[in-house]
Amino acid sequence: MDQQLLSLLIAVPVVGAGLVALAGPGAVKSMRAIALTASLAVFAVALRIAALFDSSTGEFQFTEQAAWIPQMGVTWSLGLDGISLLLVLLTVFLTPLVVLNSATSIDKRPKGYLVNVLLLESAMLGTLVATDVLVFYVFWELMLVPMFLLIGIWGGRRRVYASMKFVLFTMVGSLPMLVALVWLGLAHAAATGAPSYAMTDLYDLELTRSAQAWCFAAMALSFAIKVPMWPLHTWLPDAHVEAPTGGSVILAGVLLKMGAYGFLRLAMPICPDVLGVAMPIIGALAVVGIIYGALVAMVQPDMKKLVAYSSVSHLGFVMLGLSSLNVVGVEGAVYHMISHGISTGALFLLVGVLYERRHTRLIADFGGLWRQVPLYAFFLLVVTLSSIGLPGLNGFVGEFLILLGAFKASPVLAILACSGVVLGAVYMLWMFQRVMFGEIDKAENREISDLNRRELVILVPLLALIVLMGVYPQPFLKTMEASVELTLERAGITPVETARAEVSR
Amino acid sequence: MNPLPLNLLPPGADYAAVMPLLWAFGAAVLVLIAEMFWPYQSRRGVGWLTIAALLAIAVLGRAPIEAVYFGPIALDGFSGWCNGLLCIMAALSVLMSLDTLEVNGVTRGEYYPLLLFAVAGGMVMAAATDLVVMFLGLETMSIAVYVLAGMAKARRRSNEASLKYFLLGAFASAFMLYGIALLYSQAGSTDLAAMAGLAGEGGTSAVTRLGAALLLVGFGFKIAVVPFHLWAPDVYEGAPSPVTAFMATVVKAAAFAALLRSVLLAMPWVAVELQTPLWVAAAATMTVGNLAALRQRSLKRMLAFSSVAHTGYLVMAVVAGTSEAAAALLFYLAAYAAMNLGAFAVMMSLADRGRPAENISDLAGLGRARPLAALAMTVCMLSLTGIPPLGGFVAKVSLFSAVLDAGFYTLVVVAVLNSALSAAYYLGVIRAMYFDDADSLAAGGASAASRVLPARPALSVSVLLAAVAVVLIGLLPSPLLGSSLRALASVAGF
Repeated sequence: MDQQLLSLLIAVPVVGAGLVALAGPGAVKSMRAIALTASLAVFAVALRIAALFDSSTGEFQFTEQAAWIPQMGVTWSLGLDGISLLLVLLTVFLTPLVVLNSATSIDKRPKGYLVNVLLLESAMLGTLVATDVLVFYVFWELMLVPMFLLIGIWGGRRRVYASMKFVLFTMVGSLPMLVALVWLGLAHAAATGAPSYAMTDLYDLELTRSAQAWCFAAMALSFAIKVPMWPLHTWLPDAHVEAPTGGSVILAGVLLKMGAYGFLRLAMPICPDVLGVAMPIIGALAVVGIIYGALVAMVQPDMKKLVAYSSVSHLGFVMLGLSSLNVVGVEGAVYHMISHGISTGALFLLVGVLYERRHTRLIADFGGLWRQVPLYAFFLLVVTLSSIGLPGLNGFVGEFLILLGAFKASPVLAILACSGVVLGAVYMLWMFQRVMFGEIDKAENREISDLNRRELVILVPLLALIVLMGVYPQPFLKTMEASVELTLERAGITPVETARAEVSR
Repeated sequence: MNPLPLNLLPPGADYAAVMPLLWAFGAAVLVLIAEMFWPYQSRRGVGWLTIAALLAIAVLGRAPIEAVYFGPIALDGFSGWCNGLLCIMAALSVLMSLDTLEVNGVTRGEYYPLLLFAVAGGMVMAAATDLVVMFLGLETMSIAVYVLAGMAKARRRSNEASLKYFLLGAFASAFMLYGIALLYSQAGSTDLAAMAGLAGEGGTSAVTRLGAALLLVGFGFKIAVVPFHLWAPDVYEGAPSPVTAFMATVVKAAAFAALLRSVLLAMPWVAVELQTPLWVAAAATMTVGNLAALRQRSLKRMLAFSSVAHTGYLVMAVVAGTSEAAAALLFYLAAYAAMNLGAFAVMMSLADRGRPAENISDLAGLGRARPLAALAMTVCMLSLTGIPPLGGFVAKVSLFSAVLDAGFYTLVVVAVLNSALSAAYYLGVIRAMYFDDADSLAAGGASAASRVLPARPALSVSVLLAAVAVVLIGLLPSPLLGSSLRALASVAGF
């Protein structure tokens, strides 16, 4: 079985979705049990992969190959390196929590919801472990459909608008990428006589500078929309506000990272010669995004929208880290992807908890909850502090490494980005203050009950990871180190100093 | 007293080459006779007989390993492949019409023989190696379809559709004949082999180019290329739904097969000499089709314009003019037929006698009322959009890849942007079925989706078959892609 672990990873959620679909219409409890079992089984497979993973090499491991469309040179080829492993672990970690959360947050059509969540998990995992660019594209586009349905069926009042906007934005971005990917395969055929879409083959392709520029532009458009980078971010707040809690957790937790992952996996190693010109532009846009996202988040009256804009800001940090083109910055970016997935996932879940009790997310409707729901307040406090990058919690490590890397690349951008850290503290703490402190001035808020057992089961693992990643980042950094170095090497950069060395210094 | 010339056949004629056509015409005549004597109450039996005949022809019409010829009729890999495609698609469209003919106002039994005549005509088009014979096939098919479009005699829209299709079809035929005549004046023959030689050292003559252009205009009418597409939405909407499904798939595929053999393969110089007009026609067809489809409330009209848009994608293969592009075109036709037939079948499953269901709003609430039908429709819509891993995605990728390989980068970018545009209306159908938003709730009160209709097993089976085909073509495309490549490899001179 160990030879096909990655296929298994993709297949188990699909099988789970099929079983959920077969359950009788009234058997909501057994549907949830099946979905939870399936998502935990995927988690177990991922843990097995992590246990067997060799972090000393950056090459793809657990590789699988099978012919799919031999006429076009497309192979079903899978593989995984340290970067994808961490994102795979994040995905399989968040999905069971989303399944658990659906018990209270989803009251209509539970079967369809669970099927979509599991199919989405499969598509995300497929995107992360695909090592053939067309297989990557298949999963990339496949992620759209369940998310479209999650927002459109289970979303809020403006769900139709939000779901359509989400799909159209993403498709306009991803179809030019498809042209670039197909062109790369043809370029490989022109160079060697046989078309191939295997990533490792495309990394070795000798392309002219202008070809690289076109390919990079096409891919960067697609990935930048997904991240999303300013000014292509406008679909995100709509999608987040309208999406159900679970959809938001997956969207912010994993889907957005796919954009940054795409830069690392495809755009940077395939088009190394244009990075010198392109990455400073991306860095500048990232800094605009950091500051813009933070400023807009500050004035949001709606908690969910605030968290959505904070994602724009945080993903700006991730992109700034990538644009630094040094090991420290890129490792920081990957670290921040994981830690943002966890903290923002937790934030959306916590906002969802309040929403389920009060059916409002407006900050102005709350106040003085500290005494009413002390346990909730504690969790929200820790997650807030993690989001603003308090040392000792997960957010700090990523942001620190990113700024360190960015400073080496461009001090101006790094200094500007620092203001984002300050602004981040302002909008998060201000929200916390307005929701938690003061007197309870609305009678309805006296009815709010504290976290129940199910919610604790969901939140405690998140909290544990927030602390663990804050105090002991070494294993995470070690997992990705060789892969980041190899990725940068493929992108034409010789690694100098690693993040682990920086941290232990 | 001179002996009569006993052998009127050209040398090397092999009856095996015309056997599939004889089977097809024979089946049409047989069904015509059978229909006369069949008891009126069990008319469905004629339909089953038609399906059996079509499936038999699909098997009997396969190509032998060595291509065989009967004068201007070829049975090679290409015509064998097209025979299979046309017969299977026609069989599927007959299957979905078994339960729905009367609902759609078709009460005459001539439906089945006419459909068989149309298929036989299409098979002649795919097999003809002579422009005049190709034209004969085209007319045989067209005349049958003119009548089919007007089969709902009591409905004015159906009569209008028939008349409109006939008038514009007559124009198309005239254009095409004029083109053939001009080509004949240059080549001295209507044989396709002679057409290849028309491009001399110094390119082609003006008359040759005019002849080819008129021939293409004729084809353009038949496959609905902008600006010759204006009949399509009205005819598609007015014709009885089972006939519309047949027209959108079988008729279109036959016209493309003839276009492939007579222009793309026999006259490779057309793609070079008429590159710019073809390029513009492809880009305009997909863009106009998609923009117009975006504005439709009627599902039938939307599918008509979507069919125009897909024609635009397919014409790219003619622009590219390579054998890979031609193979991708064949593959695309098969995938397109499956997803389009599926969409039509789901639409037909909502209609009841006197209560048509042809608007997108009629689908409101289908996700709750009939989850499996809604799922099949979702699969078809996603495939039409080109979402992986469905048939439409692989079709688009193989086509785009071939066109890119031929160097038409801008055209491919226009095509992918059009694909993104098309997502807006294809997903609009999914929205109507699943998203209980204000619009669909308002429509949902009187929506066709909530109707209780008697079980129509044949229609349900055809929905299932189409949806499964869409998924299978996407997940395991390689057998079909391989067979379409082999089909082209067998055409002489290519």
